[in-house]
Amino acid sequence: MLSRTADHLFWMARYTERAENLARLLDVTYQMSLVPHDAQTERSSWNAVLVLNSLEAPYAKRHREITAANVLHFMVRDDTHASSIYSCLRSARENAHAVRGTLTAEMWETINETWLQVSRLSIVEINQGGIAAFFDWVKQRASLLRGAMFGTMLQDEAFQFIRLGTLLERADNTARILDVKYHSLASAGQQQSQEQGEELVGANDFYHWGALLRSVSAFEVYRKVYRDAITPERVAELLILRDDLPRALHSCLHGVVTILDRVRNNRSDETLRRAGQIYASLQYGRMEDIFEMGLHAWLDDFIERVGDLGGRISKDFLVGS
Amino acid sequence: MTPTFYDEMHDTAGTTRPHYAHFEAWANALPPELMARKRAEADLAFRRLGITFAVYGEEAGTERLIPFDTIPRIIPSAEWKTLRAGLKQRVKALNMFLDDIYHGQDILRAGKIPPEEVLNNAQFRPEMRGFKVPNGIYAHIAGVDVVRAGEGEFYVLEDNLRVPSGVSYMLEDRKMMMRLFPELFAHQKIAPVEHYPDLLLETLRAVAPNGVDDPTVVVMTPGAFNSAYFEHSFLAQQMGVELVEGRDLYIDHDVVYMRTTHGPKRVDVIYRRIDDDFLDPEAFRADSMLGVPGLLKAYRAGRVTLCNAIGTGVADDKSIYPYVGEMVRFYLGEEPILNNVPTWRCRERHDLKYVLDHLADLVVKEVHGAGGYGMLVGPAATKAEIEQFRQALIAHPEKYIAQPTLALSTCPTYVDSGIAPRHIDLRPFVLSGKEVSLVPGGLTRVALRDGSLVVNSSQGGGTKDTWVLENGHAEPHR
Repeated sequence: MLSRTADHLFWMARYTERAENLARLLDVTYQMSLVPHDAQTERSSWNAVLVLNSLEAPYAKRHREITAANVLHFMVRDDTHASSIYSCLRSARENAHAVRGTLTAEMWETINETWLQVSRLSIVEINQGGIAAFFDWVKQRASLLRGAMFGTMLQDEAFQFIRLGTLLERADNTARILDVKYHSLASAGQQQSQEQGEELVGANDFYHWGALLRSVSAFEVYRKVYRDAITPERVAELLILRDDLPRALHSCLHGVVTILDRVRNNRSDETLRRAGQIYASLQYGRMEDIFEMGLHAWLDDFIERVGDLGGRISKDFLVGS
Repeated sequence: MTPTFYDEMHDTAGTTRPHYAHFEAWANALPPELMARKRAEADLAFRRLGITFAVYGEEAGTERLIPFDTIPRIIPSAEWKTLRAGLKQRVKALNMFLDDIYHGQDILRAGKIPPEEVLNNAQFRPEMRGFKVPNGIYAHIAGVDVVRAGEGEFYVLEDNLRVPSGVSYMLEDRKMMMRLFPELFAHQKIAPVEHYPDLLLETLRAVAPNGVDDPTVVVMTPGAFNSAYFEHSFLAQQMGVELVEGRDLYIDHDVVYMRTTHGPKRVDVIYRRIDDDFLDPEAFRADSMLGVPGLLKAYRAGRVTLCNAIGTGVADDKSIYPYVGEMVRFYLGEEPILNNVPTWRCRERHDLKYVLDHLADLVVKEVHGAGGYGMLVGPAATKAEIEQFRQALIAHPEKYIAQPTLALSTCPTYVDSGIAPRHIDLRPFVLSGKEVSLVPGGLTRVALRDGSLVVNSSQGGGTKDTWVLENGHAEPHR
């Protein structure tokens, strides 16, 4: 297929996935802010959202104080920067528009309708309807698009590049969500030995890790798998090493490697090798090793390597000879 | 309302014409609130499907719906037969004319058209002299604008031979009518149009360069911000071919390649929806970001076919239009079946004087204009607008032609106040490949403003589904 077409599909998928995961991250932060806590904790958990997405500087230009209302406005409906849910849905729609003929009618209608609906909403209207309901709506629209895609689309190359974008973005986003606790502690100036996951235990820990699981729709999954209390180690294990949980890193990289093998061309061998390397580290990795390195450091490295894959995929397939 | 114009549905006595009888009976039996709901449903569906067009001169990226009217324009079978024959005849002659002026120029030597009208025309492309195009076809896709002034009285307003658009609306309008009112199609024989993309692909494949058995066809668009982008994307999808932009293509040793995820892939036929001027920055406008450097050279080397060919604009130019009847007689030895509108060429002193004396009664058009921009409809214009055009005409008479204001037929249409007659035209799409073919009907455009004769979508026109009613046994659809 045309390189440019693949590029639009890849980014359409990334922005769609990013919007969904932003909704998940903001939802969990919002839910956690409902648990009793002091003002400093609240401030640092909203700040963590900004740090995770590298948005401290643009945020500082728009708002002086870090408050729930300000961060939510900034991350949900602010159209002056590219990282809000609003902007992601617009970018997804613009990319889809550029290749609408490649999508099935159901997929295009879903993306277009999502954009039309969100573009008509002000932040006031979103808050009136309930911000949690809005996050649910974003997740539902993403599910609808996925359903339309699996239900109607020919599993050709276009399909593969959409999946590739989705899985890469998801791997990146899950890793960032897992890292949120670190950033929240870091910005509160509270972290002592963040190198050791075991020590990330505090008064609100159960709520934190529980909410984190809920944000990736894995709370019940956790119960089913472990039938035991929620501990940071097991949450990390679930979201990093499981091959059978769709939002776990192992599962995402499994998909990435499979697709890269399927769409390979005479330029892409090195990219496939690197993806295979990350995949192998997840397939044969152990939690002990990850915690020995330090969860934050490990996630940091992972995010960087996934970023490298994205750049290489772009060069190998999407820019064209 | 006194029907001073020919109405497609009712005769002057107000009696329903026979081909509308079934529709009217059905419509009268329909509860008005149901019709209102269906119309709202259509709007919503068009919006959701993103069947929109961009409007130039408005905020960047503005997309608008083209208003869709649920009352169809119906053409009886016998009338369509005449129209079809006339359209085929006309497009055949136009293609022969193009082949002739880029080769022997017999028609000029025979004195049928003043040579300077052709050779000095800005749309005449010397690059095309002596170059053989496959099958001698230049205008593979023609969108001929036809209006009706009276019973059996059809006029061709324009032969659009460059990059005519609108066919996607014809197809979507039909799909919408079938979705809203399936019962209408169950009880009448309405000729199908859905096979247009197949005919188009067949046409494009038929004109591949010599020696290419299984050609790769692409649709080339200026991009997602073009006003007709929806259509480009739609046609590529319906034909199952790639939709490319200039930056997706490059030329190597006079062969055109597209950049794909698996490296270069050769392209044989380009259905381009970009004007000549923007096709190749090396040959035409150097500032074009939309084209492909070296495309003209590859084209002239016979390694790729462009549809339509370069240089077709000289045949649909308004200054050449008056001679189309002459072309039909000269090349086919037949009398033209469809009428031309009488035309005054303002470059001629006598014509200019007449035009200036009758501005309030005439339609004045820019010779190279398109899309309803830069035209004067005398009877609907203000005094100031007429004066403005008078000055423009005196300054540059050669830029204008004038025609009588035709009594365009009307068709009942939904408007704010209910149902009222509105002026319509018809754009059938004529395909020329191995043979000349067209699907029954075309795109009916309707001027939604009361009294307006301008049907262009950029000027607030809408569209209607167009039915060719078949009676008795089914006939072939081409």
